[in-house]
Amino acid sequence: MSLNHPFVTIKGRKDGLVLVMDDSCAYNDLLHELKEKLTMNTNMYQKNGPDISVKVQAGNRYLSESQREELKQMIHTFDYLKVEDIHSNVMTVEEFSKKKAQERIVPIARIIRSGQKLSVEGDLLLIGDVNPGGTVIATGNIYILGTLRGVAIAGSLDDGKHAVIVASVMLPTQLKIGQVISRTDDEERREDTINKHIPECAYLDGTIGKIVIDRMQAVLKKHNLPYSLEKM
Amino acid sequence: MGEAIVVTSGKGGVGKTTTSANVGTVLALQGKKVCLVDTDIGLRNLDVVMGLENRIIYDLVDVAQGRCKLNQALVKDKRFDCLSMLPAAQTTDKTAVKPSEMKKMVDQLKADFDYIIIDCPAGIERGFRNAVAGADHAIVVTTPEISSVRDADRIIGLLEQEKQITPPRLIINRIRQHMLKKGEMLEIDEIMNILAIDLLGIVLDDDGVISSSNKGEPVALNPSSKAAQAYRNIGRRILGETVPLMAIEEKNGFFQRFKSLLGMR
Ligand SMILES: Nc1ncnc2c1ncn2[C@@H]1O[C@H](COP(=O)(O)OP(=O)(O)OP(=O)(O)O)[C@@H](O)[C@H]1O
Ligand SMILES: [Mg+2]
Repeated sequence: MSLNHPFVTIKGRKDGLVLVMDDSCAYNDLLHELKEKLTMNTNMYQKNGPDISVKVQAGNRYLSESQREELKQMIHTFDYLKVEDIHSNVMTVEEFSKKKAQERIVPIARIIRSGQKLSVEGDLLLIGDVNPGGTVIATGNIYILGTLRGVAIAGSLDDGKHAVIVASVMLPTQLKIGQVISRTDDEERREDTINKHIPECAYLDGTIGKIVIDRMQAVLKKHNLPYSLEKM
Repeated sequence: MGEAIVVTSGKGGVGKTTTSANVGTVLALQGKKVCLVDTDIGLRNLDVVMGLENRIIYDLVDVAQGRCKLNQALVKDKRFDCLSMLPAAQTTDKTAVKPSEMKKMVDQLKADFDYIIIDCPAGIERGFRNAVAGADHAIVVTTPEISSVRDADRIIGLLEQEKQITPPRLIINRIRQHMLKKGEMLEIDEIMNILAIDLLGIVLDDDGVISSSNKGEPVALNPSSKAAQAYRNIGRRILGETVPLMAIEEKNGFFQRFKSLLGMR
């Protein structure tokens, strides 16, 4: 440990701790010093108080998946600490292109028929119907210019709970957003949707943990606006 | 060089064989040289519907396995000189023939006939792949039932992957007028909305279909039957004519919708 220039700086904030890490020292030195500092501070925290959220700022250091996991586990040995985020300014080319793929919109014009499954990385813009027995999957959002009668799975990756599913006519047999699945068997809604031809949007309402279907306008007005719509 | 049309449905018992027999018959009535091919190996019955069972000597599997020439296996119809049939084998199963062998036979038939009508077995496995192997066009048969429409949709998806086949066309079979009126049956335009392919025709549920197939006489030959009129219209549409729908449909107020479905103003 160098005395005049510490590898790890712990900053206390209203909403938790921020661990600022030197990005030029050896990774093992970092780990070592972090442990020492956290141990030194143990008695500063209330025994039965609420968990303290921790954000790690790794600067320009590249952290591999296993290093991230190691860091997390080490911090979690102090059981009142909860890692919320590990941020690094660097990613591999591979990770970057993966991320880029998640962010594109993939336009496809066809009918997804019974027994067919269409799966894309990123947002899906489908020009055509999804028939009963057909499935569309996107890591991001799903926009359907047509009738959704089959299954739609949006946000199929880990943090997909903010994804939305939009369809000109929304009559799905099943929707899945993030980890939440919903069945629709509301006959009244069905008649309504067919007759009025109003595009609708399905999103995950975090407060009730359920998928909600609403008219676009209504969704846009609400406070719990999905971030992905905000982006647009 | 003739054209090969496969008649398929996915679901069993919806009227593939009936459609094949009658479409073949109406095209023969129009003077076209037609060959019916039964690919339902192990469950053949096109020959029974056509009343030709007792004329079979060789079958499609005999041809594929080189036991006879293609010409020797063809059965001539007793009513029309221009109508023939290549029967399926009854004593073996669908794996007895390969798609490539099927294609070879159909290609050979195309040299001698104007239309080859291929009756496909139910299902999406080997029998289906055999039946579509040599086809240029496809007719999908469905009844106005959700399960049948679902299977038709599956089949259309598979047909769309067959590069050599033109976009399939639909026949809705066994429509019952009294059920349509009461709203107890899937409506035609609901079916069309889902399947989104061209409509080739609709055929009413008609007792005459059953009695005539028992007699080995396709219903299309009975001019007083409503189903016969429907098959004749289908035949003319296959030949490229624009044929309006029957008056029977008009009475029920569906005429406008049918016209627009058929691309007529
Ligand atoms: N329009 C109709 N009206 C009345 N009966 C019909 C009609 N079409 C077909 N049928 C009857 O339905 C039954 C099944 O028809 P068909 O054998 O043509 O079906 P298929 O699709 O070939 O069946 P499979 O899948 O077993 O080959 C037969 O008894 C036939 O007579
Ligand atoms: Mg049959």
